[in-house]
Amino acid sequence: MPSRTTGGTGPVAITKTVPPGSAERGDPETDGGGEAGSGEEGRYLNSPLLLTLVLLTAVMFQDPIRGALAAPVMQSWMTVFVAVMVQALPFLVLGVLLSAAIAVFVPPSFFARALPKRPALAVPVAGAAGAVLPGCECASVPVAGALVRRGVTPAAALAFLLSAPAINPIVLTATAVAFPGNPEMVLARFVASLLVACSMGWLWHRLGRTDWLRPPARASYEGRGRGAAFWGSVRHDVTHAGGFLVIGAMAAATLKAVVPAQWLSVAAGNPVLSVLVLAVLAVLLSICSEADAFVAASLTQFSLTARLTFLVVGPMIDLKLFAMQAGTFGRAFALRFAPATFALAVVVSALTGSVLL
Amino acid sequence: MNRLAQTALLFLLGATLLHAGTTDLYLRYVKEGLRPMVLLAGAVLIATAAATLWYDRRTPADDHHRHREPRVSWLLALPVLALILVAPPALGSYSAAHTGTALTKPFGFPALPTGDAPLRLAVADYAGRAVYDGGRSLRDRRLKITGFVTLDREGTPYLVRMGLNCCAADAQPVKIALTGAIPPVLRPDTWLEVTGTYTPRRMKDPVNGGPIPYLRVTTARPVPTPHDPYDETWNT
Repeated sequence: MPSRTTGGTGPVAITKTVPPGSAERGDPETDGGGEAGSGEEGRYLNSPLLLTLVLLTAVMFQDPIRGALAAPVMQSWMTVFVAVMVQALPFLVLGVLLSAAIAVFVPPSFFARALPKRPALAVPVAGAAGAVLPGCECASVPVAGALVRRGVTPAAALAFLLSAPAINPIVLTATAVAFPGNPEMVLARFVASLLVACSMGWLWHRLGRTDWLRPPARASYEGRGRGAAFWGSVRHDVTHAGGFLVIGAMAAATLKAVVPAQWLSVAAGNPVLSVLVLAVLAVLLSICSEADAFVAASLTQFSLTARLTFLVVGPMIDLKLFAMQAGTFGRAFALRFAPATFALAVVVSALTGSVLL
Repeated sequence: MNRLAQTALLFLLGATLLHAGTTDLYLRYVKEGLRPMVLLAGAVLIATAAATLWYDRRTPADDHHRHREPRVSWLLALPVLALILVAPPALGSYSAAHTGTALTKPFGFPALPTGDAPLRLAVADYAGRAVYDGGRSLRDRRLKITGFVTLDREGTPYLVRMGLNCCAADAQPVKIALTGAIPPVLRPDTWLEVTGTYTPRRMKDPVNGGPIPYLRVTTARPVPTPHDPYDETWNT
């Protein structure tokens, strides 16, 4: 880990983001923590050197490390952790490429023309536009960040962020395949997800405050070529969002290893409890939205409404998404946005389930 | 972490993904269909590292001194180390014993090939036919099933295959309980090719109460881990 010396204004903990209102906010070069100490030149040798040292040490001590990780619970933890990373990284890279393309090649005027002027109308349009991003939730976070930077009203970008992973054709097809006997599940998922996404957009428009939303700051690429700006944006987003993805993947692997499956069968009997339990499970498991329908289908002891809640909550808020949202939009934002999304998603899917299923 | 270290890390991450994608390593973690995506992501990451070096050389940026980069990036070294140093195995008996059987009713029961030779069946196929079809198509047939051994807390042996939809985080087991001529020593996670016959006996999974059919074993022989340790066909 990097040496934390004095002289920097950045926060110390690894996961910490820039506190709102700190001196760094105006600095376009700053982003979520950072190498402390900018005064001494010699220190720039530190991080590559440190990386080399970390890697070499790990290679030198690989036998004790392997031995420590040989317990079955550690092995299955590692497998799930690596699996989440290997599965999510391609989608993250896809989202990052798309967001870099938006940031560099699409002029802000395009979005001004494409979206209705009034935010209240722009929200449903952006929410429905989520249907065209074929990917899972890891791709939508950097794209939504790029939309905000390009001047799209945050309410609309957030509606897009929530709807894109849930209502795109790949995910809906997977849902139809997983529930062959209940085609109404696809409709219910589409309706409930779009409703939650738009409601959250409108809610943000009414109640949201700009200072909660740390503008996704980055090094300015003004005055440099488009190629440099594009690749600079890709490098920054992958290392940044990727780091938060690691946090989320570790949390998901831990909970998958820790939560005993017996608890589920106890909860399935009670209709209210079962909805809540599957909502919490969706947050904890952090399954990719393209696969969650199959997991929901296998939870046969639960009612269809409870499983619908699982499918609506999962793509909108889970551990790895929370980590990535906190990294992209700031912690002050994520701490408010995530619980609101969770509550609204549970209520809307319970209502949708009782009407449609 | 400064730009140079980030570039090095991106290169390592990309190379790791390429390594996993070009060998069978990726099959321990994700489904086969994700291979092109994994390879593409690896290539893009390496290209990003190369492009960063290229543009830094062309325009020696003077903002190096003020440029701060997120510290959270350091965590990206973890998946690199995990994949290169440890390369954890595919999910096995530990998670199978802690997860209930995920057997669901199949859409139909296609006719099985006839003949005297032992019939090769997937774990989920046997379990589905045994539980939801009353074993009608399985009676009086010699069956050959491959899976890994799992023991539950009481020591009951199961033959298990994990089913996979996307990645190992959503993997779920389908179990068959073994009876008959069970090998005297069974080590969990050993892959076995079991030859046996159908028996109507059933039990409930102690974890989730799901149905587990029995299989009467006649012979069992250890086999190497299959090319793809997961069953990707069972509910797609």
